[in-house]
Amino acid sequence: MAAFSKKEEEGLSSYYNNKTTIIQEARVFNESPISPRKCRALLTRIVYLLYIGESFGTQEATTLFFGTTKLFQHKDSALRQMVYLSIKELAVSAEDVIMVTSSIMKDMQPNSEVIYRPNAIRALCRIIDPSMVQGVERFFKAAIVDRTPSISSAALVSSYHLFPFAKDVAKRWVNEAQEAVNAKSSSGLFSSSTAGSYLGFGSSTSTNSGYQPMPSTSYIAQYHALGLLYLIRRQDRMAVTKMIQQLGGGKSGSGTALKNPMALSMLIRYAAKVVEEDPNVQKQMLDLLEIWLRHKSDMVNFEAARAICEMKNVPSAQLTKAIAVLQLFLSSPKPTLRFAATRCLASLALTQPASVATCNVDLENLISDSNRSVATYAITTLLKTGNEASVDRLMKQITGFMSEISDEFKVIIVDAIRSLCLKFPTKHVSMLGFLSGVLRDEGGYDFKRAVVEAIFDMIKYIGESKEQALSHLCEFIEDCEFTKLSVRILYLLGIEGPKAPQPSKYIRFIYNRVVLENATVRAAAVASLAKFGIIDDTKLKKSIGVLLNRCLDDVDDEVRDRAALYLKVIEEPPLAETYVKDDSVFSLSALESKLVAYVRDADAASQPFDVSSVPKVSREQAAQEVARKSLLFFISPSLYGHLGPSSLDTIGAPVTRTTTPAPPPQTTEVTQSSFVQQLAQVPELASYGALINSSKPSQLTENETEYQVSCVKHIFRGHIVFQFNVSNTMPDTILEQVSVIMQPPVDSGLTEDFIIPVPVLSSASSPGIVYVSFTRESPDEYATASFPCLLKFISKEVDPATGEPEVEGYEDEYQLEEVELAAGGDYIIPSYSNFSSEWDRLRTGASITETFTLSSMESIKAACDSIVEILNMEPLGGSQNAAPGTTVHTLQLSGLLTGGGGKILARCRMTFSKGEGVTLEVGVRGEKQEACHLVIAAIGG
Amino acid sequence: MNLSLYVVNAFIVLDTDGHRVLAKYFSPKARTQLGEPDPNKGLQGLKEQRAFEKGLFAKTRKAGGDIILYDGHLAVYKHSLDLIFYMLGGPLENELMLHSALIAFMDAIHLLLRNQVEKRAVLENLDCVILCLDETIDDGVIVETDATTIASRVSRPRADTTEIVINEQTILNAYQTVKEKMQQRIGQF
Repeated sequence: MAAFSKKEEEGLSSYYNNKTTIIQEARVFNESPISPRKCRALLTRIVYLLYIGESFGTQEATTLFFGTTKLFQHKDSALRQMVYLSIKELAVSAEDVIMVTSSIMKDMQPNSEVIYRPNAIRALCRIIDPSMVQGVERFFKAAIVDRTPSISSAALVSSYHLFPFAKDVAKRWVNEAQEAVNAKSSSGLFSSSTAGSYLGFGSSTSTNSGYQPMPSTSYIAQYHALGLLYLIRRQDRMAVTKMIQQLGGGKSGSGTALKNPMALSMLIRYAAKVVEEDPNVQKQMLDLLEIWLRHKSDMVNFEAARAICEMKNVPSAQLTKAIAVLQLFLSSPKPTLRFAATRCLASLALTQPASVATCNVDLENLISDSNRSVATYAITTLLKTGNEASVDRLMKQITGFMSEISDEFKVIIVDAIRSLCLKFPTKHVSMLGFLSGVLRDEGGYDFKRAVVEAIFDMIKYIGESKEQALSHLCEFIEDCEFTKLSVRILYLLGIEGPKAPQPSKYIRFIYNRVVLENATVRAAAVASLAKFGIIDDTKLKKSIGVLLNRCLDDVDDEVRDRAALYLKVIEEPPLAETYVKDDSVFSLSALESKLVAYVRDADAASQPFDVSSVPKVSREQAAQEVARKSLLFFISPSLYGHLGPSSLDTIGAPVTRTTTPAPPPQTTEVTQSSFVQQLAQVPELASYGALINSSKPSQLTENETEYQVSCVKHIFRGHIVFQFNVSNTMPDTILEQVSVIMQPPVDSGLTEDFIIPVPVLSSASSPGIVYVSFTRESPDEYATASFPCLLKFISKEVDPATGEPEVEGYEDEYQLEEVELAAGGDYIIPSYSNFSSEWDRLRTGASITETFTLSSMESIKAACDSIVEILNMEPLGGSQNAAPGTTVHTLQLSGLLTGGGGKILARCRMTFSKGEGVTLEVGVRGEKQEACHLVIAAIGG
Repeated sequence: MNLSLYVVNAFIVLDTDGHRVLAKYFSPKARTQLGEPDPNKGLQGLKEQRAFEKGLFAKTRKAGGDIILYDGHLAVYKHSLDLIFYMLGGPLENELMLHSALIAFMDAIHLLLRNQVEKRAVLENLDCVILCLDETIDDGVIVETDATTIASRVSRPRADTTEIVINEQTILNAYQTVKEKMQQRIGQF
């Protein structure tokens, strides 16, 4: 059967598809006498050829076109109708088509009562030259107001096609179009031609009277006429407004002449357009729209409801009525109506979820709609309008039809649920149940990934769901065909598993992977297992050791290597801390800028890249950085706002979380690398080598002063460069030879090299940069000092008439605030580390302990804040947030001493008593003795 | 919002294997002249059209949907035995307006093909089908939505007068027809 139908299709298509045959057969047009049946069949094949995608060349089309014109001699209406269709289709590619105008005109004559007269009228607009339209104006005017609707429609459609090419002429047909719009009735139009024969076959005897069309009941000519009227008047808003009011039919709407629903729909669109351009008419247009909401045609109701929903600033009373109409459509048996209504409501829900919520019950019934588009619109709407109470029911209904829909829709729904989880965290049980259910269903990678990521999100953001979610994931990897997903889940199990109350239950699942899976998954499983090996539980440790030992025999070298590495490392706690547990990563932006500087500097290549100078951040910080960027993209902003800071805080609560205050590390790194570029342009500084650190700018003047100065300190190996950004805020004064005089304290260990002044500084060229360079007498020491600074310049006033500065200025000075060269910010930068292990490791290194009395501190919290600020070190484990009212506290700090100074850790133990303030015992451990001195000196100073 | 009368952007008939039986994409010159974008942008070539139709078919092969928004085109469709008829409009078109055009065409074609709307019948009566389309849609403009009017405006081919041979058989046929009609008429009284 299949073979037969295929053969049949080929047979037909080769018969119809053969262009050459058809062109040859076109000689049938020249036969005499003409055979109408044969000619009509051939014309059909020509048109059909075009409809299945064939195209004719200009020459071929022209030949065929003029072949068909021969058929004008024949009176057979069945043939002539097909001739007109062929002319329309061939006119696109044929040449000189204008030649047949007169033949067509003949058929357009009002006295010819033939079936093909409308066809002739509609074909005319395809072949006529715009300049000739004037010549046929009379015919058009007469045809538009013809009492036969098909002729009137044809003339209106034809004029509509012609309008853009012959605007001036077509504009004059406005009265005729107006008359066609107002045509009261189409009855009695066929009185002349209804004298059919008694027996019903007599009519075929006469060639010309085969025209017995049924009277149209659609009043469609009104639609065409209105379209033409609007085209003529569309530039004139007043005229359009007037037309809407005239045709709108007054207060009750009963006075309207428009009976065609499509015409009314167009009128509604024009009304909406007018309101969009002129909000003043909104009130009166809304009144009309409200009437049309009650029209007997669904099409008109819908058009009006949609117009109201899409309009800006609609009073809620009208909006409610429009929504009520759409709500009725939701339970219609026709898919098209349901589609239209849900689509409209879905877009309205974006802006007015509360108003749409009244339809929730009806929308819920549509979740299982046979038209999947309707179901998807319904769900997306519900997810925007739904409240907490309806979530469970929604879940149950979605579960019911998940198996019936395609993966593409499933992904949309899972994503919607994912955002719903975050919106209603208390509903996590039912949502997790749903997600784990669909995870077991059949599905492709994209769908499974969407589900797994949704569960990841729940683990991350909803603490209570964690255990349950992890066990669902464990089950999933038992039978997961996607390596990528298995690896991700194994990694997550390695992170989250050891923190769970019962870590041992995950180990079985992970080890199963080692036994059953491919090499990639096995390697991931080994890494994940090792994470359980560092839990403080000897029994567990032993079991992990046994399991890892077995992996040493694996066929894949990566798996063996990992197993061997982890076996060794787990035995030695300090190594395990770094290689297994290690929860800090390099600050990627810092690493990047350091590497860029290293690569650019040719001299640096002789030494290996010093990785210890790159600050580290904790995994949470890194994840937050990524999340901060991505969250806004993946979850809609409104939802993100809904999450708020409180829920973000709970994310990090169970683990050590360190909050960096406002400026994220990236921005400082960005400025750092821009400083490198900027300094590279100063020739005097070229020999200084790599830039070790740049401080944040500090303001040396008040904001409102005439001269504004800020200072950035750049630390090099052997030099310190002070960069003063000087701004002149007075437009009528220019400053010349601007320099900053710094007076270093006597024993600071710094000697001044040179000052690079700014020759001329006007308000337009501000800010200018003054550099002051010092040599560090002993680069291994970290000189700290405060410098009194003086801004020196020659001030010249500008003649407002000429714009020229006066010749003689006067020297002036301006006292700046002191510049501090201090430990924190200039030498020490914050870096994350694991305090307890590092503190133990540095036991043998340099160490100083000293006690201070900070009598001016009013609380432990204030002391913490100021210590963090002074030292510019990273507080660890949330220890900077001392509980209010506490009297004993320990602050743990970690940092890096720039320029190869290594790590510094500080443990600040504080007691507080009223009256005496805070007593502080600072213990500092570092890799170098100078580092410890520096810290103590910074606090002491 | 579409303020013009150009509502239908394409009319497509596919068979149950997703092959094109007939397709007409409307890109009216007047529309571009008015400064509106071509609604069938990216669908000019036969290759692109085929790819589009294949994708559309994949989404709509199951009956009962009636409407879909596919690739920026609003498509209303109707299954009829071994064929699917599509009417395509702009993404913001009034769904019901587009649907009424499709229904008008379908009803008219049912009248013309005496309810046997299937691939074989369509191919055998192509002349009626394409004329019916022309009477429903003219270059994207809906010409008529009254199915009986559309069907009555489609002329049927008549046997060539020159080929009518009058012999015993044809006369007998004529006599039979007359007899049947008369019997019907008489039966009515």
